Amino acid sequence: MTWEIKDIQKWDWKKHPAGAVIKDPGNSCQFKTGGWRTFRPIRDDKICNQCLICYVFCPDSAIIVKDEKVVGVDYNFCKGCGICAAECPVDAIEMVDESKAKKKQVE
Amino acid sequence: MVISNKTIAAIGTDAVSEAMRQINPDVVAAYPITPQTAIVETFSQMVADGLVKTHFVAVESEHSAMSAAIGAASSGARVMTCTSSQGLAYMWELLYIASGLRLPIVMPNVNRSLSAPINIHCDHGDSMGARDTGWIQLFSENGQEAYDNTIQAARIAEHPDILLPAMVLMDGFIISHSIDRVDILEDEVVSKFVGEYKPAFSLLDAENPVSIGTFDGLYGYFFEFKRQQEEAMVNAFKVIKDVGKEFGEISGRPYDLFETVGMEDAEYAIIVLGSACGTVRHQVEEMRSRGIKIGMIKLRVFRPFPAKELAEVLSGLKAVAVFDRSDTFAGHLGGPVFLEVRSSLYDLPKRPLIVNYVYGLGGRDLSIELIDKAVGELAEIASSGQVKQLVNYLGLRE
Ligand code: SF4
Ligand code: SF4
Repeated sequence: MTWEIKDIQKWDWKKHPAGAVIKDPGNSCQFKTGGWRTFRPIRDDKICNQCLICYVFCPDSAIIVKDEKVVGVDYNFCKGCGICAAECPVDAIEMVDESKAKKKQVE
Repeated sequence: MVISNKTIAAIGTDAVSEAMRQINPDVVAAYPITPQTAIVETFSQMVADGLVKTHFVAVESEHSAMSAAIGAASSGARVMTCTSSQGLAYMWELLYIASGLRLPIVMPNVNRSLSAPINIHCDHGDSMGARDTGWIQLFSENGQEAYDNTIQAARIAEHPDILLPAMVLMDGFIISHSIDRVDILEDEVVSKFVGEYKPAFSLLDAENPVSIGTFDGLYGYFFEFKRQQEEAMVNAFKVIKDVGKEFGEISGRPYDLFETVGMEDAEYAIIVLGSACGTVRHQVEEMRSRGIKIGMIKLRVFRPFPAKELAEVLSGLKAVAVFDRSDTFAGHLGGPVFLEVRSSLYDLPKRPLIVNYVYGLGGRDLSIELIDKAVGELAEIASSGQVKQLVNYLGLRE
């Protein structure tokens, strides 16, 4: 059974499981932590040599890899710690101010 | 059914260890502290002798005792521990965790005063301080009630409408170390009464994995969980009454939220809990035989607090004296029992006058003379309609 928490903010107090026990394992993927980020990692595909070091070091498994290649960052979960940028041997990742990055996205 | 009790002579702590043996909990994690020590000592001997199936965890402190109890209860075990005074104080942060995680741990607490100055004798300061920790609190008048309450506590705590930890309170030395007659039920009767424990969840259940002790600081449903705990306390009134009645059927000793003496025609009354009830009852009955219209209420359940029922019984009285074996140090506001009783009376259209007697701190005896003194003042309040001194210290050197 999947624990449907989409509308959890609207639950009344009776609906929560007693003792705050979570009976649905692995539901942390429903809990998006990307909002914590103040700096966003932006990877330059032209510089990146696909060594996958960022993938290994990212503490939030936010580096998306497909067919053994880094294809992007999962911004729903990347908390902006900058570890990937610090570890990248070729400086392919730049940490950009999140608000500026967002603005750019909108433009 | 045929009620079969075996009468033994036992000190209060032995009565409790006997109840624990019969409950046969899966895990007991405990640390010795005077005057509770004899419970742990006797029970660990029972474990060593193979009289119970319990896994006994000898820990290095009460903080660890409650932590181990919480861990074991989270894994789906029926868990007990026991403590006193500083031990209870040392468990403090875990008390809230046990109730917050809704773990029905049962803990006899042998009431002893809190330092400083160091004093090993009885008062209720330890468990009264824990009155807002979300634990059910059942007070006992003697060894018999400590035994009976311990058995009932398991049923009450584990009830699906409650799932809260429960403390069984008994006065240090006065109950814990005095030999009294205690009627013991048959082992099978007790084990049938407590039944098989079916935990709401278990960390060891690999088929149904759960997360417990979750962090609630982002979305913030803490408020909702606390409201649920309060609801469980509300549900506890009925469950405690039902379990008390059912216990009466197997033992001949029914229990309620509180017990009354002579309240049918009383004009004034004393409210008291713990071992002092015996002395007060003796005096109240003696006075009633002389035509004095006094009654007594022995409070058994302090958490949840039976405010509505108490107000009903107290309405129509001229005056009420509340005896407290601890103080709140709030600037002559009165002891904890007094505060609750006084608040319970607020909504009555016609409230009785009320007076508080703080007595017995650090084990000071409550003598018959002191009770007579309080009753004399209570009669004076009832006839004059005036409370001269709201909070009084009974037995204090003045
Ligand atoms: S910034 Fe941190 S969280 Fe985000 S992708 Fe890089 S290493 Fe992972
Ligand atoms: S560490 Fe740098 S070079 Fe290596 S895969 Fe990641 S972005 Fe590319």
